[in-house]
Amino acid sequence: MSIDTTTRSTTRNTSSPARRRVMAMSAAELRLLLRNKTALFMVLAMPLLLVGALSVVAEDVGINLGVYLAGTLIGFVLLFVVYYNLVTTYVARREELVLKRLRTSEARDREVMLAGAVPSLAIAAAQIVLGVLGAVLLLDMGAPVNPLLVIVAVIAGSAVFVLLALVSTVFTRTTELAQVTTMPLMIVCLLLSGLTFPLDFLPDVAAGAARLLPLTPIVELTQLGLAGAVGEADPVGFPATFSEAVIPFVVLVLWLYLGVYGVRRWFRWDPRA
Amino acid sequence: MNGRRDIVIEVDELRRRYGEGDGFEAVRGVSFDVAEGELFALLGTNGAGKTSTMEILEGLAEPTAGQVRVFGRDPYAESATVRPRTGVMLQEGGFPSDLTAAEMTRMWAGITSNPGPLDEVLALVDLSHRADVPIRALSGGERRRLDLALAVLGRPAALFLDEPTTGLDPESRRKTWDLVRQLVDDGTTIVLTTHYLEEAEALANRLAIMHRGRIVTCGTPAEVAASHPSTISFEPLQGGALPQLPGVTVTTAAKRVVLHTQALQDTLTELLTWANTYGLKLENLHARSASIEEAFLAVAATDHEISEEVPA
Repeated sequence: MSIDTTTRSTTRNTSSPARRRVMAMSAAELRLLLRNKTALFMVLAMPLLLVGALSVVAEDVGINLGVYLAGTLIGFVLLFVVYYNLVTTYVARREELVLKRLRTSEARDREVMLAGAVPSLAIAAAQIVLGVLGAVLLLDMGAPVNPLLVIVAVIAGSAVFVLLALVSTVFTRTTELAQVTTMPLMIVCLLLSGLTFPLDFLPDVAAGAARLLPLTPIVELTQLGLAGAVGEADPVGFPATFSEAVIPFVVLVLWLYLGVYGVRRWFRWDPRA
Repeated sequence: MNGRRDIVIEVDELRRRYGEGDGFEAVRGVSFDVAEGELFALLGTNGAGKTSTMEILEGLAEPTAGQVRVFGRDPYAESATVRPRTGVMLQEGGFPSDLTAAEMTRMWAGITSNPGPLDEVLALVDLSHRADVPIRALSGGERRRLDLALAVLGRPAALFLDEPTTGLDPESRRKTWDLVRQLVDDGTTIVLTTHYLEEAEALANRLAIMHRGRIVTCGTPAEVAASHPSTISFEPLQGGALPQLPGVTVTTAAKRVVLHTQALQDTLTELLTWANTYGLKLENLHARSASIEEAFLAVAATDHEISEEVPA
């Protein structure tokens, strides 16, 4: 019911035709998400359950528990709510020929891609905001040293994982297969992004390689922004966080570029192989 | 015939190849024009290249070679300017099964420049009473009608209908025909593909029969029918050879003698006079004037250039 009214008011009030189209498609996509119990569980419960489980196990993580959990929450949300959920969403729409139909409409290609992601992105954003607030209020994390870095990490990171989801549909023929095809990236990111344990535990070469993964710069920028330090390093002040942020930021931009390139090159609108 | 009207759709030496290099060439040099307010039907067997051609007209794919213009523009490269004036009904719906018909229509209205009233468009295709039913629970025919509703929602000047009545019961088909006729009367330009010859005959101003990626015959239904001979057939006679019949081809099979003629009445008169004179009875006599079906079957029977291709 409430969705009905929002859809109507947004379609009437927005002036830009592009925004109107994205809103219309996103509203339909949100409805479909709300009617898909499996996806809804994955999107709403999975990150919280994982973070909850970690908070119980993680006794001594070497850094402030709030910083640690806020960082892992952002990572889990990007992996499950944005990446995994969007691979299944895009594949489902492609296989039902919805994407093909939408391409016969006035909606531009990038509007169709964006609209598919909007509900997941909104849920991800809500979870991250609540998670970070919770860490500040309940876990004694303290105010973030450089909130800008956290915001950049979350926005650019979301974009990277939307793009990676679009690219992953290329080798995902059915929604069932998404469980398999998303696994390599999910596992590698879960283990080697400084999400569950700090990269300092790894040999230098391995840690260097792990810093090139798509999720690592997001975790690093988040921790830097929240605590002024990555992992167990000594915290730096607000100005110094910017210089520390350069390398992870460059890696993130590189992934954005690769993602756009991959989507342009390989994305298929049609189920036909 | 349509000399005074503007050409809305121009197709010139269109080719479409799937895959790189020596992939399957589904469309092999197709040309036709469609004038404003005209209904042009593409007929053909499965795999003849109808849908491959339509997808290029709809701006979903680029031609491998040749040129397509819709309202004078490239439907693929300039889709932003062409799309607001076109409506498309793909061969398969492409509906998310968990949305209701009304929700789908509302979403479609949200991505259409000047959508008509939603209840009106659902009423147009007799779906008002099914508006709140999830699409997964709609019958194939109902989905096809919903598809048509969405295609006409933006009151397009040009409409592409890929097998619009496949899966419809006779009554719905008749209603769809009425709606299509109404659209043509209102000046909509329509390109339609169909398997049903009577559909093309009933609706089309002009039609083309495609076969293996080429247009084999093109013209008004009457012209296409007339381009093929009429047929007379009967069971073989016991003794007695047929008379000389000018301009007639005779084929004799085990159970039927088949005559093809361009002048059905003359040939039939001669044949019957001859049979009368000799007191012969022509068993199981059939005479059929030229029709699109004859033309279609004649085209489907010609299988030239098949060695090089293996359709998917």
